[in-house]
Amino acid sequence: MTVAIPESRIRRISLANRIVERPEVGAAIGLLALWVAFALIGGDSGFLSGRGIASYLNIAAQVGIVSTTVTLLLIAGEFDLSIGSIVGFCGMIIALGTTQAGWPLWLALLASLAFALAYGFGVGILVVRFGLPSFIITLGGLFLLRGATIGFSRTIAQQPYIGGVKKAIGDDPLQFWFAGSFQDSVDVGFLWWIGLVIVAAVILTKTRFGNWIYAAGGSASAARASGVPVARVKIILFMAVAASGTLLAAVQVLSLGSADSFRGQGKEFEAAITAVIGGTSLSGGTGSIIGTAIGALTLGVVRQGLFFAGVDYDWYQAILGLMLLVAVLINHYARRNVHKD
Amino acid sequence: MASSAVPLMEARSVSKYFGTVVALKDVSLTVNAGEIVCLLGDNGAGKSTLIKMLSGLERPDEGTIAVDGKPVVFSSPRAAFAQGIATVYQDLAVLPQMSISRNFMLGMEPLKGFGPFKFFDEAKAGEIARTELAKIGIHVNHLKQKVGTMSGGERQSLAIARAEYRGARLLILDEPTSALGVNEAAIVLRHVIRARARGLGVVFITHNVHHALPIGDRFVILSRGRVAGTYARSEMDEARLNKLMGGGAEFEELQRDLSALDAELKRDRAQAAR
Repeated sequence: MTVAIPESRIRRISLANRIVERPEVGAAIGLLALWVAFALIGGDSGFLSGRGIASYLNIAAQVGIVSTTVTLLLIAGEFDLSIGSIVGFCGMIIALGTTQAGWPLWLALLASLAFALAYGFGVGILVVRFGLPSFIITLGGLFLLRGATIGFSRTIAQQPYIGGVKKAIGDDPLQFWFAGSFQDSVDVGFLWWIGLVIVAAVILTKTRFGNWIYAAGGSASAARASGVPVARVKIILFMAVAASGTLLAAVQVLSLGSADSFRGQGKEFEAAITAVIGGTSLSGGTGSIIGTAIGALTLGVVRQGLFFAGVDYDWYQAILGLMLLVAVLINHYARRNVHKD
Repeated sequence: MASSAVPLMEARSVSKYFGTVVALKDVSLTVNAGEIVCLLGDNGAGKSTLIKMLSGLERPDEGTIAVDGKPVVFSSPRAAFAQGIATVYQDLAVLPQMSISRNFMLGMEPLKGFGPFKFFDEAKAGEIARTELAKIGIHVNHLKQKVGTMSGGERQSLAIARAEYRGARLLILDEPTSALGVNEAAIVLRHVIRARARGLGVVFITHNVHHALPIGDRFVILSRGRVAGTYARSEMDEARLNKLMGGGAEFEELQRDLSALDAELKRDRAQAAR
């Protein structure tokens, strides 16, 4: 046979390989399986009722708001361990501002957002300008902000818990934008989450900046050599993560009417877990916003599923850990297969 | 081989010192458009230092770098690139987890849309990548395929095609074939020859005689920070190049050491037997 063969070709890859290259498909199958299992076990006790469904959508939204931005940061090759503490600190700014300083709600929210952006900028500068690992910098931030939250709360209000926010702001219409609820089922926070997911997914996959996020995490030096402003990309993402922490803080403080010094604790790990379940790699360069959204839904379904199935809440963390391990193993195996020559 | 009056790039008697270490001393090198200059030398001969000066990462302590006959001082690799000098490094050429078209257009993504709503023009990026890759003989089926699934030679070729697309007139290729098998290296060498045919100047760095010999127009041999010789293609053959590369004297010394060691081992064994 004397077919003119081009000197060099790209081989076709199988459909199966193209599916495992998209880890959100696996995550979606896992979510569906868990949902069906809980529907069979706890369907009678309300898992399938409107309020039951709303309950896990709302839980997914709370973790999803921060894990969406954390995913972008992870893809860019950095991590923020302090996101939970940011939520706590920003919540305290809103609560102390409205109850103690007598600020109107808009001012308290703006102050909290300004703090978050400044904090994210500072972390970003420390990481990119001094080349320090974000793990250590944000571990410092985790303790610094958590300690400061408790300290400020006790110094100003003599307790680590600030209530009476609803009384202080009265019937400020701005409240509905963060704490509203539709027919007492799905919260406004859920819409924020969906909106964030759409915006982040479009940025990541359809814009130049999204391309730069992947490149910065894939290989910072190769990206720089191609003219990508890696430092700017990372600083912007640290700021976006902190800003999403403010959003979650506003949702929590305004729906509960209070701020607690310990609120947001563990969110840094939940965000990482949802991202990993959705196929985002902790070493940067790969990941998907939709995957993380599926991960957040999985968290919500498992948490409420256990509740409706009558399983003690003590088991929630153990099951979360198990799911994380399974997801990591599956992703690892899938990636190794894809890149095997 | 165009031996035009003004060389594309020159290093004129450049020297570089790192503290008390003389990394390069009085090294000169000339590249014309449409010419492949092979830069050869053992590890530590000063190849990397010379490339860093040509590509804008380092500045010479003595001597000058000239582009189109005019002396230049590059503040960064970007500044060098603005003059058409592109360096393709062996390892940081491409991003394996990103698609072919996104890799190709990274940092200069085509956009569509208006005002603040500017989106990455995937179709246009794919079209450019497909056309440019076809020029160098790589035919792509799936532009969304990740670069990590390409072979090493194809990745190098992609990086070279990309540098050329971005307006490079001079390609500095740092060990593009050293990590590759025979067939893969052949793919890359073919692209280098084609780049020359299109009028580009090439500085090809290698320590592999078999890769340099078939494609080089001129050979510059570095040894211990100095130019050990500059040879035209006509004065070069494999035996000679091997001898120059091997650093004849050192090799003889090594053989003497080895035979001495051998004798020592025999003596030890005899003693142990006793």
